[in-house]
Amino acid sequence: MVHSSKNLLIKKCLAHGFLWVFLALILFPFFVTISISLREGNYITGSLIPDRPTLEHWYLALGFEYVRADGTVIEPPFPVLIWLWNSVKIAFFASCGVLAMAATSAYAFSRMQFRGKAALLDTMLLVQMFPAALAIVAIYALFDSIGDITPIFGIDSHWSLVLVYLSGVAMHIWTIKGYFDSIDPALDKAAAIDGATPFQTFRWIFLPLATPILAVVFVLSFIGVIGDYPLASIMLRAEDNLTLAVGARKYLMDNKYMWGDFASAAILSGAPITLLFLIAQKYLVSGLAAGGVKG
Amino acid sequence: MNISSTIGLVIKLAIIAILGYVAATLFVSGELSVAMMLVVITAAFAIIFFFKRFYSVRFYYPAIAGLLLFTVFPVVYTSYVGFTNYGGANLLTFERIQNYFTSQVAIDKSTEEPFQLFETADGLRLWLPESGLLSAPFKLATPEAVTLQKAQEPKGELLPLKAVVANRELLKLKEFTYDSLSLKTAGLKTVASLQPAYRIIDADGRLESYEGEILTPDHDVGFYRNAEGETLKPGWKTWIGTRNFDRMFNSEGIKEPIVSIFIWTLIFALGSMVGTFAVGITLALILQWRELKGKRLYRILLILPYAVPGFISILVFRGLFNQNFGEINFILEALFDIAPNWNTDPFLAKAMVLIVNIWLGYPYMMLLGMGFLQSIPEDHYKAAAIEGAGPVRQFFSITLPQILPPFVPMLIATFAFNFNNLVLIILLTKGGPDMVGTVVPAGETDILASFTYRIAFSDSSQDFGLAGAISMLMFVVVALIAYFNLAAMRKAAKGTR
Repeated sequence: MVHSSKNLLIKKCLAHGFLWVFLALILFPFFVTISISLREGNYITGSLIPDRPTLEHWYLALGFEYVRADGTVIEPPFPVLIWLWNSVKIAFFASCGVLAMAATSAYAFSRMQFRGKAALLDTMLLVQMFPAALAIVAIYALFDSIGDITPIFGIDSHWSLVLVYLSGVAMHIWTIKGYFDSIDPALDKAAAIDGATPFQTFRWIFLPLATPILAVVFVLSFIGVIGDYPLASIMLRAEDNLTLAVGARKYLMDNKYMWGDFASAAILSGAPITLLFLIAQKYLVSGLAAGGVKG
Repeated sequence: MNISSTIGLVIKLAIIAILGYVAATLFVSGELSVAMMLVVITAAFAIIFFFKRFYSVRFYYPAIAGLLLFTVFPVVYTSYVGFTNYGGANLLTFERIQNYFTSQVAIDKSTEEPFQLFETADGLRLWLPESGLLSAPFKLATPEAVTLQKAQEPKGELLPLKAVVANRELLKLKEFTYDSLSLKTAGLKTVASLQPAYRIIDADGRLESYEGEILTPDHDVGFYRNAEGETLKPGWKTWIGTRNFDRMFNSEGIKEPIVSIFIWTLIFALGSMVGTFAVGITLALILQWRELKGKRLYRILLILPYAVPGFISILVFRGLFNQNFGEINFILEALFDIAPNWNTDPFLAKAMVLIVNIWLGYPYMMLLGMGFLQSIPEDHYKAAAIEGAGPVRQFFSITLPQILPPFVPMLIATFAFNFNNLVLIILLTKGGPDMVGTVVPAGETDILASFTYRIAFSDSSQDFGLAGAISMLMFVVVALIAYFNLAAMRKAAKGTR
């Protein structure tokens, strides 16, 4: 047995060693980003641990101007907080809409009998695999023509973007339907006997029971919308209208590389979303297993 | 009728009114296909929400309508665009292009002369020193034409050019009349009589310029041609048949990049799928090991790449991999004295794209793998251990065969996702390094989706038609993948039952 426990110890060390080396490689970008956000100026040169740490990029990311020791004033290059606000606003409204549409549809697909149900479910799954990225030409043309008449639903409008994101419901319908299917049918029967309409059953029995999965769908949709680049990049134009995903790219253009400013803005805006994901991750796994690939 | 049903009715009517209004105005402006679709959607909405018979449809109609409008319609429309010349040079309809030409103005050089602007006590006055004409006092904001008459140079303050520049838009609208002559500003320093540059001369829409040149519309290409046969921009949107597909498959400088991009797209999607699966499963196996301590911490740290929004980490990598001043080469140089050309060498650029994508994607596979591994009965491993099978043997003959079936739909979904992973390519490399000798913008790391995106939306080329044609090719591939995915999901579902 002595031999075996020694063997086990070596194995354990190997496993931990492997994981630490792997983690060092994987987490390297995070450390570098933090280090760069504290480095003076936007020049790339410098050691990995800043010689003279400064908060100038953090001031700029938060929208304040920064006065260096020698008196030079630096203006914030981009309205990062406005971008973050745009992203959160669009993602919030889109996810609310997605949740409402997905939940009601899932209820119908789970509990109601109608012709073509199975075919409709399969079609939705197929259709959903056509990514929005392929549809950008058409979506651009569609909103371009609507925008001539009603600018609120034209190009460069947040509402148009929310509308487009609403269409990403199919995967979520499947996820919620799976959960509804597991709810005991005796409950609906009892409600029906008490005289509840299907909508009342949905509202007062299914929704409260399904809160965890609804939260999962909301977070998945929220993260998905925040991370979207192609649609937002063609639909939004004015600098103050951009979402974070579109705006962040402006820091790293080929002719102008604002590495330091980007690093602080990236941490500032990425941290809340990352935290949201980490808090929800236990519940998210079930939603992910249902097939939702995060973008 | 109670309050909530009244509110419901108001909301229904409002939605119908808004949709109907947008559809009607789209009809008027000539966007027939979009308008028709909106009419259908609105009519269906009205029927479904006012007839009790369709009660159950109410629950899923909004989702289906959304899918129709933003997923099915774009697929159909994009395919249609593939048969047109729609693009930066051919954006509008024929009528609007005619209007464009006829609303152009030409300056009649014989009437052009310099002007000066005076600020007098009564208002602004325009003074034409050459012909000795002075305008009545006027205000910029009023629309009436201003008369000119023979007079002496006015007394007042001569406004500097800066003031003219500041008011040029309003000044441009101002009309100055003298007898039958109507003058407008022809720039910042002169006035002249302006005339239409083109007028329509027949029912075919041929145009005659003020200099007598005839322009003939060529509906085959969507441009006006002059007498020499040269095309004039802008042109209009028109059906050009399979010409975009001809370009795709036969044209030099387009065909070659499409073939190599297609191959790379498949390699990229397959490589990402296999790479993330291999890394993810390896980690899942280690984390499943009972003797390992600190699993929770490891798990949280290992899924960090997945938790950070993709667009942020991709941009971070864009900086880190910069071959001249990125931190990765900084370290590689210090440790091994090498500095790979991640940005200019096609092979290394592709390797970088794969490395970054595996970094982004392995936690998904790891999370799924940890779930599926739990369902393998412990007895199987015990039996294998008694038989003397080593860990590697155990993995390939017990673990893999059991987790692969439920994994297949996820793997196909990952493949499909990466097949269209536009965000990664656009943000990380923008397709670069550029291929040489191509007509359209094409890069070594471009996948079909990013290539299409750049053809349609880059500054140098706005070729919606060609982009639509390539998109059709992608639709076919995606449809095939989707079909296999559905089949695999059915199989997986049967397996678990």
